[in-house]
Amino acid sequence: MNAPLSPQTAPAATGYNFAYLDEQTKRMIRRALLKAVAIPGHQVPFAARDMPMPYGWGTGGIQVTAAILGSGDVLKVIDQGADDTTNAVSIRAFFQKTANVAVTTRTAEATVIQTRHRIPEKPLKAGQTLVFQVPIPEPLRFLEPRETETRVMHALADYGLMHVKLYEDIAKHGHIAKTYAYPVEVEGRYVMDPSPIPKFDNPKLSMSPALQLFGAGREKRIYALPPFTRVKSLDFEDHPFEPTRFEAPCALCGATDSYLDEVVTDDRGTRMFVCSDTDHCEERRADGHRGLLAGDDLVDTITREADVERDDGAPIVPLP
Amino acid sequence: MYVSVKGGEAAIRRAHRLLADRRRGARDVAEIVPDQIREQLSLAVDRVMNEGALHDRDLAALAVKQARGDLIEAAFLVRAYRTTLPRFGASRPIDTGAMAVERRISATYKDLPGGQILGPTFDYTHRLIDFALASEGETPAPERLDAPSGDGPAAEIPRVTELLAMEGLIEAEPESDDETAVGDLTRAPLRIPAGRDLRLQQLARGDEGFLLALGYSTQRGYGSTHPFAGEIRIGAVEVDFEAPELGFAVPLGAITVSECQMINQFAGSSKVAPTFTRGYGLAFGQVERKVMAMALVDRALRTEELGGAVTAPAQDQEFVLSHADNVQATGFVEHLKLPHYVDFQAELALVRAMRAEHEARIEAEFLDEDGLEEAAE
Repeated sequence: MNAPLSPQTAPAATGYNFAYLDEQTKRMIRRALLKAVAIPGHQVPFAARDMPMPYGWGTGGIQVTAAILGSGDVLKVIDQGADDTTNAVSIRAFFQKTANVAVTTRTAEATVIQTRHRIPEKPLKAGQTLVFQVPIPEPLRFLEPRETETRVMHALADYGLMHVKLYEDIAKHGHIAKTYAYPVEVEGRYVMDPSPIPKFDNPKLSMSPALQLFGAGREKRIYALPPFTRVKSLDFEDHPFEPTRFEAPCALCGATDSYLDEVVTDDRGTRMFVCSDTDHCEERRADGHRGLLAGDDLVDTITREADVERDDGAPIVPLP
Repeated sequence: MYVSVKGGEAAIRRAHRLLADRRRGARDVAEIVPDQIREQLSLAVDRVMNEGALHDRDLAALAVKQARGDLIEAAFLVRAYRTTLPRFGASRPIDTGAMAVERRISATYKDLPGGQILGPTFDYTHRLIDFALASEGETPAPERLDAPSGDGPAAEIPRVTELLAMEGLIEAEPESDDETAVGDLTRAPLRIPAGRDLRLQQLARGDEGFLLALGYSTQRGYGSTHPFAGEIRIGAVEVDFEAPELGFAVPLGAITVSECQMINQFAGSSKVAPTFTRGYGLAFGQVERKVMAMALVDRALRTEELGGAVTAPAQDQEFVLSHADNVQATGFVEHLKLPHYVDFQAELALVRAMRAEHEARIEAEFLDEDGLEEAAE
């Protein structure tokens, strides 16, 4: 992103322009991006192209990344927080092939991070750009399926429907029953879908020194949060927003402040909780942090503990 | 270390190698070549060209081979290739009136100028599996009739709608004008409400099955348009391109297209006398079912501009246009295969919490009931 945008400095896949898209298309996307940055949280329509990956698999994020990538950029791609999930691997390989850019799994080293469903745990710095893959950019879509209606609602800042929905959740369940894609309000104006990140990540959206760009390919929308934008998760005075908390630390690195994935380790209900952000977890372990189950004898440990519980006749308790 | 998501790169590579193997199938059976697909599975090729939105029979045939016969996957391959092609302009409107007709039928007249020409059709075949096709054998060449005397082979075949228009019985064909640029939904995001040019574009590349179901729904009462198949014609038309530096049009070649003009009832309004109205379908190749369904849906989508109330799915622009594209649809439906464990984890925690609350509530109610009973005793 901060590298020069001049195309064709590195040899990429033959027959295609640098980062796949032709320069006219990149220009069109950059215009949409500039508008999106100028109006934080506002969805800007753009003429998304048919990409060589399926719609719904990150074509919006890929187009945004392709439009901002320069030859000197260092790219990181994550899906569910992990660099090695299959779709992240596929997208990273795509840009290696078509743009020949440097890639990394380390959050701190990346200049552009394309993500699906997570924000890295390590706080982002000025100069970094986070590109979100967005399936449904419209936060009001499940309340009002018609684009013609929701467009007017945004124009009038008429978000009553959303507040009623959240209120009904509280009336019915005692709390807001939204755990991911939790709607936010941007700089007191637009209600925005933060993409399906867990609400755990919502606080990271606000006042971030990094530029955050959102691309929805199938729905042909781009929106953005420029650095240091105030982003507030929707709530009520008497029911304030509460990010998800975990009761146990990461079983591998012992982190208590990261988002955890539940990994089922056998068919008897034994589970472990580990960081969803693989880079964060690896870095912590490299720094000497150890969780309950870190180490090579992990499988043994789980099996042993599960066996003990079963032999005792006690119910199998989720670990730890 | 847990290994569930590690090794993605190697797994992907091996999966793709396995895919190539399965595509090839048993090695003792001769490999199919794209030419065979283009010539002998030509209707599959036509469908892929339409939904892939690119007229290139060879490329579509290759895509069918690469996609193992999955036509939506083949259309997707063609689409992704199409994105990378340069655009140097738009052709002149094709003239289907000057078509070298191979098939032309009208359901509204018993006979008409130009005649009824059945052409290569499945209609009136008995759908009996032809076991003879399983063995090799020569297919006889088609019979050739001498051109009927008088008309001559090159005689114009007027459109049925033109015959009606002479009497003023059908709405006038919208005039094309060179000043207004035709929209391009691949170059600008589709805005609803969309003009008819964009609607027809989306229908032309829309999924045949989706359009078929929508067209069918209008026949079953969900937004009836009282249609008659005024005319279906299939044949080759010349494509002319006017290069700005030349100042005149040059022919680029001929393509086969299918065209359907549906004639629909219209009761008129306070301002307009009762007339017939048009629904229009046009697509590459021999795709009769597609263009008939397209014409039904096109007419249904005109409900609002003709002063009708939009009540049925097929009449609803946003519903139809947003969901017609099968490349988009298949991508988003199939993206559910991608990992969602971060979101699922969040939902899991919520459901567990809500179940615990539910249990506590039931328990509390049970205790309350107990208390009441004791009090009653």
